[in-house]
Amino acid sequence: MKKILVIVSLFCAGRLAAQSKYEAGMQKGLEQLAAAKTADDMSTASAFFERIADAEKDKWLPYYYAAYANYITGWMNPKADKDKLAEKSRDLIAKAESIEKHSEIYCLHQMVAIQQMTVDPMTRWQTYGAEARKALEDAKKADPNNPRVYYLEGQTLFKTPEAYGGGKAAARKYAEKSVELFKTFQPASPLHPLWGKAEAEKLLADCQ
Amino acid sequence: MKKWIMILVGLGLSGIAGAQVRIKGKVKDAKGHILPGASIVVKGSYDGGVADSAGHFSFKTFEKGEQVLVASLLGYKTVEEKVTIGTTPVEVSFALKEEISELKAVTVTAGSFEAGDRKKAATVLSSLDVYTTGGANADITAVVKTLPGAQQVGEQEGLFVRGGAGYEAKQFIDGTLVNNPFQASVPDIASRGRFVPNLFKGTIFSTGGYSALYGQALSSALIMESIDIPDRSEATASISTVFLGAGMQKVAKDKQSSFGMNYGYTNLIPYFAVVKQKPDYFRIPQLHSADANFRIKTKTGGMIKYYTTFGAIDLGLRRPNVNDPSLKNAFGLQNTNWYNNLSWRENLGNGWKMNLGFSFSTDHSNISQQIQNQQNVPVTTGTPWIDTSNFNLITRGDLTQLKAVWDKRISGISVIRFGGEYMYFYNKNLYNSYRSVLPDHLKSLFAEADLYITNELAAKVGGRFEHSSVIDKADFAPRVSLAYKTGKNAQMSIAYGVFYQKPENTYLYITRNFNYTKATHYIINYIKTTTLQTFRVEAYYKKYDDLLKTFPAYDNSGTGDAKGIELFWRDKKTFKGLDYWLSYSYLDTKRNYLNFPQELQPSFAANHTASVVVKRFVSSINTGFNVTYSFATGRPYYNLMQNGNQYVIADQGKTINYNSLGFSMNYLTSIGKAFGVFVVSVTNVLDNKQVFGYNYSYDGSRKEAITPPAPQFFFVGLFLSWGVDRRQDAINNNL
Repeated sequence: MKKILVIVSLFCAGRLAAQSKYEAGMQKGLEQLAAAKTADDMSTASAFFERIADAEKDKWLPYYYAAYANYITGWMNPKADKDKLAEKSRDLIAKAESIEKHSEIYCLHQMVAIQQMTVDPMTRWQTYGAEARKALEDAKKADPNNPRVYYLEGQTLFKTPEAYGGGKAAARKYAEKSVELFKTFQPASPLHPLWGKAEAEKLLADCQ
Repeated sequence: MKKWIMILVGLGLSGIAGAQVRIKGKVKDAKGHILPGASIVVKGSYDGGVADSAGHFSFKTFEKGEQVLVASLLGYKTVEEKVTIGTTPVEVSFALKEEISELKAVTVTAGSFEAGDRKKAATVLSSLDVYTTGGANADITAVVKTLPGAQQVGEQEGLFVRGGAGYEAKQFIDGTLVNNPFQASVPDIASRGRFVPNLFKGTIFSTGGYSALYGQALSSALIMESIDIPDRSEATASISTVFLGAGMQKVAKDKQSSFGMNYGYTNLIPYFAVVKQKPDYFRIPQLHSADANFRIKTKTGGMIKYYTTFGAIDLGLRRPNVNDPSLKNAFGLQNTNWYNNLSWRENLGNGWKMNLGFSFSTDHSNISQQIQNQQNVPVTTGTPWIDTSNFNLITRGDLTQLKAVWDKRISGISVIRFGGEYMYFYNKNLYNSYRSVLPDHLKSLFAEADLYITNELAAKVGGRFEHSSVIDKADFAPRVSLAYKTGKNAQMSIAYGVFYQKPENTYLYITRNFNYTKATHYIINYIKTTTLQTFRVEAYYKKYDDLLKTFPAYDNSGTGDAKGIELFWRDKKTFKGLDYWLSYSYLDTKRNYLNFPQELQPSFAANHTASVVVKRFVSSINTGFNVTYSFATGRPYYNLMQNGNQYVIADQGKTINYNSLGFSMNYLTSIGKAFGVFVVSVTNVLDNKQVFGYNYSYDGSRKEAITPPAPQFFFVGLFLSWGVDRRQDAINNNL
């Protein structure tokens, strides 16, 4: 009896430790992400999330953040090879998607496609623009109440000149919807994506 | 119980709280090059690091005892290493082996310009480029002529590549040959291509050394791949100074299929009323064109596509007779052409792919020429060499074609490819009252392997066997090319290939006692390309054998060669918002064919050709400005006259240099719910005099310059679309 108790408790302790280790690790990663000032800091954060992801194997969030941080480096370092970065981001996104098809992952997919399009928009619009649109459609389908979907749609329209169906007026609708959804938005856990509220509000202000 | 748990948890935590041990080392590739960015992790833990710019990594871990270190980097095979972590620092070095991947591997580039998006960095020309090249008026071949290798020939359609005649260049859509890629034409005036650029997602312009999948072209292959299912449904309309058009495209809700159709009517009556033409058009050109398509995605990710186009053209024009300027040649042309292309591409699983293509086209022309006097009344002069200009010619040309190609992925990304092709050409002529029929069954078998030996070294090896029933001859054409990566973004390729082509129908009507004409290509190419810049230099030697002779006898005793060097530079980076390319071709070619008395530089070959293409889109005013400047040195011309039992050069010379500045402007706007593109285009802005050659009178006493029917062409048009935002094609600079 005693033996069994020991085994059971051993098992429980192991579980308990692992759980907290994951949460602690993620927390540490999110702190790194928030504190990152340079592209190198971001890469370090991305690599850390990837290590968590590879160790945990069944959680999409660390892959998501690894890809997200990797994506951010592309904006932090204007000289970065965005195609090479996107290759890495896409690899991480694919791993996240194989665990769960989540609206947030589709959103990130859209962001990566847009980033890659900016390399040579004239030629790449047709392929990457279409890919971005498809990703956002999927994101909306997976969760129509995800405020980031509308923020990204608004942001894309905002950067599209007015004469081409974009512009402030077109973007405002989406910015408003995003800000509205952010008011009531509650992440599924403290580790789930939270970003975008300030960005959406800024977009709405810019659209006025 | 509680105590136990506490102790156990404490034990677990004590592991974390214990002393950390440093793990450091270096990561290199198999050749000893450092690999910054490689990731190292203690397997199963969160502890790890990333190799810095010197390839060094260093991190601390709480893990103890027997552990596995994992080193990984995208594009490399992951390596695991067992280590024992005690209390002292551990030093480990890794050597990662590169994986052969499609993104990284070299591709054989000798001889070809790939357009489209298949390989991002190698993008040279996109279908959008076709629309936004100044002076090209959205004609695919006009844009291809701004690339090195092609001549600025303006008196007839076709691509004259590296000393080759126009008929030595063939066009392919989804793998199958297009029999009449250009609109029916009038002597001395080039016609446009039949196909609109937005049908195609990618175009490969090969100036030599191309794949064994293509045959019966001595000089060049223009390989076009049609688009798959479009993004959205749309309706379109266009109005311009020369045509009216309307079309629609419907995409099914599930995006698994689509269909569409277009109709266009071209009428040059209003245009010719404003812009004077040199010839006297008694039937001003009118053209009806209609096309339709459907595309269906199959369950296994394959695609079935059908495209058909129908065109009917009618025109008639009078020009002075070169033998007697008091007379006129009244030339009339009616042509109808129906083209069909059905293709099926399928993944068969297990690394197998299949491409089936079927095409059918039928082309009917009714051509006549009359000698008329100043009052436009038909006359007979009694002078035989003038009266032979009176003729009626009715032609029919059909091509039915089946092509099957199978792909099998062997180790890594290497592929073997093989298949066969059957073409049935049926040509019928009625020349005055002289009737002739020319059927030909052309069968081919081909096989080819793309071998990726490493990421740095790739080879393409293939062969093609052909048999033509009309000349009852077989041939075998080997093709080999190699590519080697010489540095970051840079590679070198070499190519060798033998190409055969059966004689043109004009000569087969006279005798079928011919063999294939033959060209052997040797090409060396260096290309350095980044996402926004491409530099390419290529040198070649092309040997012609068995060219057709028409004098002293109809046989294959002609010879020739061509050698040259070509440069290309495209840059979208240096000047913000400006996209430009430069191309230069040097060509040295001679041939003895047809009635040439000796090896001569043919009249379609200039020694130096250069183009500058500049595009600028100004987002603030939604307008793109495109300018193209083309230059070519003068081309030779000859008057070959029969003197007894030989031809002699009675007269020869060189035309003036060719200069042409083309301009176009596209303004993007919206009109109501429609998105609109407003286009203004002018060819030969500087009104340079252009002479393409000379026509001689029968006795050689008179010669007349061949010039364009009008020095300039002006175009103003508005293209509207509802549904999909086509203007997005040309913008998104800010995104």
